[in-house]
Amino acid sequence: MSILEYNGAAMIAMAGKDCVGIAADRRLGIQAQTVSTDFTKVFKMNDTIHVGLGGLATDVQTLHNILKFRMGLYELREEREMTPQVFSHLLSTLLYEKRFGPYFVEPIVAGLDAKTNKPFLSSMDLIGAPVQTKDFVVSGTCTGNLYGMCETLYKPDLEPDALFETLAQALLASVDRDALSGWGGVVHIITKDGVTTRELKGRQD
Amino acid sequence: MGDSAYSFSLTTFSRTGKLLQIEYALNAVANGRTSLGICTEDGVVIATDKKLASPLVDIDKVSKVEMITDSTGFVFSGVGPDYRVLVRKARKSSQAYKRHYGETQPVSQLVKQTASVMQEYTQSGGVRPFGVSLLVAGVDGDGKTRLYQVDPSGAYFGWKATAIGKNYINAKNFLEKRYQDDMELEDAIHTALLTLREGFEGEMNSHNIEVGVVRNGKFEVLTPAQIQDYLDEAN
Repeated sequence: MSILEYNGAAMIAMAGKDCVGIAADRRLGIQAQTVSTDFTKVFKMNDTIHVGLGGLATDVQTLHNILKFRMGLYELREEREMTPQVFSHLLSTLLYEKRFGPYFVEPIVAGLDAKTNKPFLSSMDLIGAPVQTKDFVVSGTCTGNLYGMCETLYKPDLEPDALFETLAQALLASVDRDALSGWGGVVHIITKDGVTTRELKGRQD
Repeated sequence: MGDSAYSFSLTTFSRTGKLLQIEYALNAVANGRTSLGICTEDGVVIATDKKLASPLVDIDKVSKVEMITDSTGFVFSGVGPDYRVLVRKARKSSQAYKRHYGETQPVSQLVKQTASVMQEYTQSGGVRPFGVSLLVAGVDGDGKTRLYQVDPSGAYFGWKATAIGKNYINAKNFLEKRYQDDMELEDAIHTALLTLREGFEGEMNSHNIEVGVVRNGKFEVLTPAQIQDYLDEAN
């Protein structure tokens, strides 16, 4: 049993035309036993940045609080909002600081560059090795399924509504073959005009 | 910081509410060689008098205007060795910022950080305040140009134009008369050189002054040849 598979998670972030979407399942388990069906794994950091934290639940919550803390300090000192690139870099550094006793979280970052409205996607491993992509990033206990679904369903430059459909279908189909993730889903679509959040009802098993 | 026998601060309040060590540090600054700076919308110029004790000194090896990040630079008036400590600390702190955030540290953050260090030395055991005032030229988080002064107490101020060191009162009066809000960088460089010449003892040339410029978001120290071009234009 890997500690990263103790609680279970599935998440995707995908880029569209001047928009990004980020989706995650809702399950919190303790190995085989499902404990919660409304556990939040995607967090809004500011109007342009969402972060998905998948892995050990206690570290998901702790890391979220640490990121809120660091972001709050940054905004107070610098009197400006953090950009997705800076946030991703900061997260990478934070994780590497715990190189020999890491947070068991593999995050994904989805954001919109405030000036150009261009999508920003990144993901990293539990010790902060970052990767930036133009199409999609995934994380969780069924990444094989997620990669397969995204690779099949993804098209570049999708409009927000089409992006939502693509994300929802990719997530729901992936979690069905994974015992540790599922029990519903959440999808956030971020555009320059705001964030639209929709809950997904999937197989409740 | 400080010996175990000196766990108390050497900077203590006088009865009248002053911190005399800081006042004395400011005196050390006022005795230092003149420095000045002018901030315009398209750039910042900082300059200093580099006059040294003897013509035998290898003056080109002396460096008073220093780059901290690729868009900010320092110049000082006061005690040279104290300045070099601050430059080192500022460079390290801005590299740490880059390591954490992946971005160049904005000048206002650098100033706050440096000022905080200078303040620590007024309230820590066994140390004395830095005997320098700094002029900091750079680009901020909003992309705009800025000029800051940082004092031994750790107080900092944003300026449109200012002068510190010997003869600073005359220099500031001169700047006040010549400064205009819509000044361009090239005008500012000329004005800076004229202001420096006003209080200069002896003949000013491209080797006994040093000039730093923030232009197009980048900081550079002008070479003697570049300074000579500006001096020639002024004549």
